[in-house]
Amino acid sequence: MVTALTLPALVRAEEIQAAGAPGLTRYAWLIALLPLLSAAVILFFGKRTPGGGWIWGVLTVGTGFVLSLGVLWHFVTGGGAHAAAIDWFTIGTLRMQLGQYVDGLTAVMLVVVTSVSLCVHIYSIGYMHGDRRFTWFYVALSLFTAAMLNVVIADNLFQLIVGWEVMGFCSYILIGHWWEEHVNSSSAIKAFITTRIGDVPFLFGVFVLVAATGFTTSNIQEIGHLVSGGEMARGVVAIAALLLFGGAVGKSAQFPLHVWLPDAMAGPTPVSALIHAATMVAAGVYMVGRTYEVFLHADPWVLQLVGAIGVTTAFGAGLLGLVQDDIKRVLAYSTISQLGYMITLMAAGPAGRNAAFFHLFTHAFFKALLFLGSGSVIHACHTNNMSEMGGLRKTMPVTFWTFTIGSLALAGVPPLAGFFSKDELLVALEHDHQQVLFWLLLAAAAVTAFYTARMVLQTFFGEYRGHGHPHESPLSMTGPLVALAGATVLVGFLGFAGTGAPFFDWVYLEEPEAVTFVPWVAALSVTAALLGLAGGYRVYRRWREPDPITALGPLHRLLANKYYLDDIYWRGIIRPVRDGLSAAVNWSNQVVLDGIVNGAARVARWFSEGVRGFDERVIDGAVNGVGQTAGFTGGLLRYIQSGNVQRYAAFLFAGVVILAVIFTRI
Amino acid sequence: MIRLPLLLFFSAALFSIGVYGVLARRNGVLVLMSIELMLNAVNVNLVAFSQLWRDLAGQVFALFVIAVAAAEVGIGLAIILLIYRNRETININEVNLLKW
Repeated sequence: MVTALTLPALVRAEEIQAAGAPGLTRYAWLIALLPLLSAAVILFFGKRTPGGGWIWGVLTVGTGFVLSLGVLWHFVTGGGAHAAAIDWFTIGTLRMQLGQYVDGLTAVMLVVVTSVSLCVHIYSIGYMHGDRRFTWFYVALSLFTAAMLNVVIADNLFQLIVGWEVMGFCSYILIGHWWEEHVNSSSAIKAFITTRIGDVPFLFGVFVLVAATGFTTSNIQEIGHLVSGGEMARGVVAIAALLLFGGAVGKSAQFPLHVWLPDAMAGPTPVSALIHAATMVAAGVYMVGRTYEVFLHADPWVLQLVGAIGVTTAFGAGLLGLVQDDIKRVLAYSTISQLGYMITLMAAGPAGRNAAFFHLFTHAFFKALLFLGSGSVIHACHTNNMSEMGGLRKTMPVTFWTFTIGSLALAGVPPLAGFFSKDELLVALEHDHQQVLFWLLLAAAAVTAFYTARMVLQTFFGEYRGHGHPHESPLSMTGPLVALAGATVLVGFLGFAGTGAPFFDWVYLEEPEAVTFVPWVAALSVTAALLGLAGGYRVYRRWREPDPITALGPLHRLLANKYYLDDIYWRGIIRPVRDGLSAAVNWSNQVVLDGIVNGAARVARWFSEGVRGFDERVIDGAVNGVGQTAGFTGGLLRYIQSGNVQRYAAFLFAGVVILAVIFTRI
Repeated sequence: MIRLPLLLFFSAALFSIGVYGVLARRNGVLVLMSIELMLNAVNVNLVAFSQLWRDLAGQVFALFVIAVAAAEVGIGLAIILLIYRNRETININEVNLLKW
């Protein structure tokens, strides 16, 4: 069936239609386009708009959110997937397209991205109020949202890369939003380069996949069919999967490339909530799940590696969260740890993939809530350090309650979102007989609960230890907190077997999978959460100096130094590269290249001097010579003009005589 | 009937006297009179050839020349008068302002 996307005369699109009417899914691409328009409008007219341009971002993302709900409704009512594309250009046999592939997973991601982005857009009105680059901030925020939505709806790998890279760029400029402080711009560079290290394998992975199709398509679904149909060699698929996973390791901050995410906290807190917690870092997980056939049909060791890296990250980052004093860094390590959960689950087959997406879904809400809550606290206390907070329970009641809801969800306390999704994770691992991963993640859940309790107790309980008088944040900031807290309470039930688990009817790989509630797993998970919380309460009930965690001795030193990973990178990679390779490049640049350039300039100058001499002497000489000759001759001839009439008459007659002689001779 | 060569010699002599007067005399009035002489030499020629060819056009042309000469003398004398009023002289050697 061939119909137009929207503009029948201008755009020809191919639609591959499953059963039923497409409904709003046909317009899913609008959701991604709107924020892009908003970014352009804010860029050019933002400063002339009353309020600094936030209105455009809120309007477009809000519209996108409503549209996303419409798209999701299509799947709630049992609609099928919808694909449409327009031709972009063709290279040989490879037809490049711009298109959308909208299935239940896309719809869920659209809702997640637009809702969190909307909350952050509204929240930033208050948080960024009076910032010197307020308008620019909104440009980047809108552009980021557009890029992320493009990643979500992209139907081919090249389109996905475009969104992927624009996200990286937006992340870079937003981390470095306050670039006047050197540490912020350094963090931005670190984040950009570290994720770039993952992006290079990703790019090669895409190339390998497209090459394996014989350069015929980059469409994700078609590649998926080819892979699951056994059309590609297993070795090639394994290499492609490994390279693609490199992209996820960089973007989703997995060990050993997780080091950029804690430093990315240098950016404004709303940015941390949107980009470095809820959406961009989830893009790696999304990409793995989107190209899951490739991972599923690769050699088994690929998925084992994925699981190993995921669980290392989940557990290792969780431990790092124990020793941080900066509230945002606690949340950052918590984010890395939760992303590790999702990546781990990718190793547990299609059911694990779906559970990972459910965790991504719930995590986006409660982690955005936690980050925005921490932003509210930072806004009030003017510091990131929990050692200078305390007792905020009384002065900031709304922030306190919403933050507590988010924290309990993170710890996995029923009936909040985090409990259900962690439960699904564990059940999926149990069904896949991944005993090691199961117990490690359970232990990590206890660690999570422990540092969550520490964070809440240090921030909101006890006596206030900072300066000044903290006060509750404005409505534009508390409003999104309440909305996200509501979502955190509710969204968990979407994946609960008792309510029929509608989430897993929307998100599935081939067939919707039956969801079961396993009481002993739930009991274990609740026990782990309560143990962690109780332990945290026991240790951090009262503020103590120094932090009791230092009692761990050498282990504490190891954690405080982040496993010495940054030092290893610094000594082992950055310094050798900087002092050796970069110095050599610098030398060749300064001496060889500059020499060539300067030499060329000198030759050009010398030649120009010659040309100038020629111009001044020969050409100017010729021109002036003509003029001077004419003047000289004229000077001579003017003496004929004597004014004596009779002499003129004499010449006249002489002329007549000469003429007469000439003519009569003929 | 006077013979043609005689008339032509007469005319040539008259013309030559006129040329001499124009080129050599310093008095502006005399220069004008010399011009009249040359014009009349032309008239003599016109009438002579008119007789020879039995064509009245020559004589008509001579009449036109007489009329034009009258006009010319009128303007010329006016110019001479104005020069005299301005410069107290009619010596054309001194009227040489129109030069480099």
